[in-house]
Amino acid sequence: MLRDITLGQYHPGDSCVHRLDPRTKLVLTIAYIAAVFLVRGFVGYALAAAFLLGATRLATISVRFLLKGVKPLVMILAFTFVLNVLFAPGETVWLTWGALRVTREGVLTALYFSLRLVFLVMGTSLLTLTTSPVALTDAMERLLSPLRAVRFPVHELAMMMSIALRFIPTLLEETDKIMKAQMARGADFESGNLLRRARAMVPLLVPLFVSAFQRAAELAMAMEARCYRGGTHRTRMKVLRYTRLDGVAAACMALLIALIALEGRLYG
Amino acid sequence: MTIQQSAPSPKVSVEDAVFTYQEDAAPAVDHVTLPIAPGEFVAVLGHNGSGKSSLAKLLNALHLPTQGAVYVCGMDTRQEALLWDIRQRAGMVFQNPDNQLVSTIVEEDVAFGLENLGVPPPQIRERVDAALAAVQMSDYRAAAPHMLSGGQKQRVAIAGVLAMAPEIMILDEATAMLDPSGRREVLDTMCTLHRERGMTVVWITHAMDEAAVAQRVVVLQAGRVALTGTPRQVFAQVERMRALKLDVPPMAEMARLLRARGVPVAADVLTVEEMVEEVCRLSSKT
Repeated sequence: MLRDITLGQYHPGDSCVHRLDPRTKLVLTIAYIAAVFLVRGFVGYALAAAFLLGATRLATISVRFLLKGVKPLVMILAFTFVLNVLFAPGETVWLTWGALRVTREGVLTALYFSLRLVFLVMGTSLLTLTTSPVALTDAMERLLSPLRAVRFPVHELAMMMSIALRFIPTLLEETDKIMKAQMARGADFESGNLLRRARAMVPLLVPLFVSAFQRAAELAMAMEARCYRGGTHRTRMKVLRYTRLDGVAAACMALLIALIALEGRLYG
Repeated sequence: MTIQQSAPSPKVSVEDAVFTYQEDAAPAVDHVTLPIAPGEFVAVLGHNGSGKSSLAKLLNALHLPTQGAVYVCGMDTRQEALLWDIRQRAGMVFQNPDNQLVSTIVEEDVAFGLENLGVPPPQIRERVDAALAAVQMSDYRAAAPHMLSGGQKQRVAIAGVLAMAPEIMILDEATAMLDPSGRREVLDTMCTLHRERGMTVVWITHAMDEAAVAQRVVVLQAGRVALTGTPRQVFAQVERMRALKLDVPPMAEMARLLRARGVPVAADVLTVEEMVEEVCRLSSKT
């Protein structure tokens, strides 16, 4: 059951969005999130939505995939929506029920807030759907590399992230194996209350940790045998290069931000 | 016609090496002397705890000898300045395929060693492609390692070492965790590299049938070399092997039993085909 998990949710492809430099995509996603937080009215949200839909279409990814990313957030969305509706300050009262008031401003704030969350999740989903985890860690390493000047271990961080990604399926498989071995001997992981179930996990975690440490030791030795000595003198097979495509993407994002800034004027 | 008597200098030379994990413990490798010639395929046999893995790790400076010396391509492994040169020349493939692959993409993993050596990117690309082709894994260049079979993973590991252009390849029980077809894949890959490129191979194993393909077998027992010779010479000594708690290939055992019953088959039979030939030869005589 745990075997067929995919790493992240990367959808391989050869669209122009896939071909963008991962650094560009990372920075533009952050810019997009910032832009969404600058939006002040529905016109701005319409612009943000149009941009996202356009990019999704270009990436040849179906919108359903993007919405899938929002699904786990439905509870949180509903919760914040209700809280905002009930407690945001406002003048134009629509409904009163005991001490609770529903105002026009409250409903608007709640809507804006929920839209922001949805766009945030969909924007980052588009990034992870079109960029492989390796490319992402690579981009992170390059973008953070100026921090090396202040002795921040940029290369080590990126290496740790990529090794963690590499071992997620391996450790999942192992968890599955240990669970089955213990279920065969009568262990029960499914019944009982939360506390009981948590306690049933202990005999699962102990062997998992022991083997993870052993794997780490072996991996370290294998890396040393292949001449790994940290980030110094290291080259990369795939060199990241900005192309004209990255310029076009950045220009589109600049346009969106400019439009959203103008939208702010619209509302005074 | 000139006759050159001087033997070529060995690729690897283990000279009276001792290796101890802890001060007062029994040595894992105990006064081993083992020269390995260029282009030789040596199988190191021994059961668990015989010191074969420790010996392997002496060959690429993952361990340093407590006494004696180990030379790789003439370089003393104790010289720290030569460490990376030694490890580039003596590539190593380990037992567990999952614990030696670093990347989530096959070709990135093969590139790992070259990236560590600081090879320029266009050359890395070239050498990665060549190495993947040599182990017939080119079709899987963009695959994720966890989707591959054990034998395929080990071939990727071999490609990762091969890309670094080593002069010796050490396989430390590289087939121990594989199913029979995976074992075959990995052994065939190494035999091809040995035959076609003259790669020096040190094949560490406890599987007798795998040792039979080597040019020379070295049997370790309690850290010492107990027996050495061609597979035929070694496996013909059935009693001796038994005393070392090692099996011999079934046909060698059968030959021994037949001889004990007075059937004069050759003592150094290793494979079923050879046994069939021997029996045919004998029956045609009578």
